[in-house]
Amino acid sequence: MEALQPILDFLLTPMSYQFMQRALLGGIIVGLICGVIGCFVVIRSMSFFGDALAHAVLPGVAIAYILTGGAGIGLFIGGLIAGVGSALGIGWLTRENRLKEDTAIGIVFVTMFALGIAIISQDERAYGRDLVHILFGNILGIVDTDLVIMVLCGVIVVGSIVLFYKELMIISFDQSLARTLKLPSEGLRLFLLILIALTIIASLQVVGTTLMLAMLVVPAAAAHLITHRLHHMILVASLIGIISCVIGIYVSYYLDIAAGPSIVLTVSSLFVMVFIGARLRAV
Amino acid sequence: MLVQPESNSTIPALKVVDLAAGYPGDRRAISQVHFEVNRGERIAVIGPNGAGKSTLFKSIVGLIPFTQGHVSIHGEDCRTSHNMVGYVPQHNEIDWNFPATVSDVVMMGRARQIGWLRMPKRADWEKVEALLTQVGMAHLADRQIGQLSGGQKRRVFIARALAQNADVLLLDEPFNGVDVAAQDEIMQTLDMLQARQVTVLLATHDMELALSKFDRLMLIKGQMIAYGTPDEVFTPTHLKTAYGGRVRVFEDAGQMMVLADEHGCC
Repeated sequence: MEALQPILDFLLTPMSYQFMQRALLGGIIVGLICGVIGCFVVIRSMSFFGDALAHAVLPGVAIAYILTGGAGIGLFIGGLIAGVGSALGIGWLTRENRLKEDTAIGIVFVTMFALGIAIISQDERAYGRDLVHILFGNILGIVDTDLVIMVLCGVIVVGSIVLFYKELMIISFDQSLARTLKLPSEGLRLFLLILIALTIIASLQVVGTTLMLAMLVVPAAAAHLITHRLHHMILVASLIGIISCVIGIYVSYYLDIAAGPSIVLTVSSLFVMVFIGARLRAV
Repeated sequence: MLVQPESNSTIPALKVVDLAAGYPGDRRAISQVHFEVNRGERIAVIGPNGAGKSTLFKSIVGLIPFTQGHVSIHGEDCRTSHNMVGYVPQHNEIDWNFPATVSDVVMMGRARQIGWLRMPKRADWEKVEALLTQVGMAHLADRQIGQLSGGQKRRVFIARALAQNADVLLLDEPFNGVDVAAQDEIMQTLDMLQARQVTVLLATHDMELALSKFDRLMLIKGQMIAYGTPDEVFTPTHLKTAYGGRVRVFEDAGQMMVLADEHGCC
């Protein structure tokens, strides 16, 4: 027991602060849902779309921020409206091959992001300090309302994936099968976009808009390398997501660096390890 | 309305009336396609590259909206019919890296029977295993789909169509990029389908196979040029219309010989 004491101290000391407890809990939820949804982002080759959506929530968040003066349910609703609005806008622009999808994403993405920055820049206090939090996350500033929102989003996202697992797998694998089975492909695709938007909103406090893509793509990409069934990939990806958030938070505490980048660098390191491991095993 | 069992046999398995489909200006667009296929028949769809073979299949499946005409499966409109059409897409239209095993892919075909909000049960997995046995793929049930050979991949997709209870099956160039042995295995699987009265339409560039193993041929190039028995379809006039100058046809004492340059038929 004596020998374990330093390890216990190392692990428990940061948790004597309430903000660290909240950060850890938030990190675990975000690691979980980003891992789950990220698998669909990766197998559907939607990473550009995911990045765009993460940035496109900004105007909604900004307006809510200025109106309410900070955190809370307002940010969530504002971000969700902007995110779903952008997703629908991209869908509308690409209907009947009017525009290629990546072009439409590019247009909507930068426009919404610029709009968000423009709105925030009107408020001097927000522009100076809070913009950094929105862009790169503010995990230590998580309050109880945020946790409630994260848990709610998490339950909705994970629950939906479980309930509609086979249908979402089919539309991701083969559109022609979805057609012959007469599944409502368009509705399911939209549903998935809304789930991605919910995940992004829930993760905003932890990694911020600009680092979001890492949490959506990297755990799933690592899991894809070492699994060959979708549900295994989802389990491994969420595990990698959770582990990265937990390690990243400790690294951030002890090295005194920002939590968002710390989490992202952790997940990237894990990816490199998995990548090398998978290569070695293949040889 | 009461339908006598016998009357089913007179209703064609697949009926296409004056079909036009595809985006305007696209050379793969098709028009004036008109044909009927009886239950259990095996049809080879031939024509040069870009003739619209895929467009025809995709419009029947519902992947491309048709601009004109009508498609019915066993007498019911294909858009509302509960009769299943199975479809085996071209090889390059599938992401073979997708995290799914052979069993997973076949199970996808059962999604409708399993129903919304439900998971596959033990009986479903047993059904999938039985179908894989029928196409000779049961021993590879747990393989990731990308690790299969070309012929094995096609047989898995045929099993998936059987899992849908499809009684009309469309195969888009299943012989592309597979060797002769794999081709034989696919043909054996198709023989098994014919024994089960499954109606098959198959797009191919392999004239030899089309002539020897199929009940009827359909020759298309933007429009339907000919449809019928090999003798009716394989006339010099029809072939010239479809392939233009890229094909030479010689006739000698009732024997016909067709020469095509390397791009003529493939």
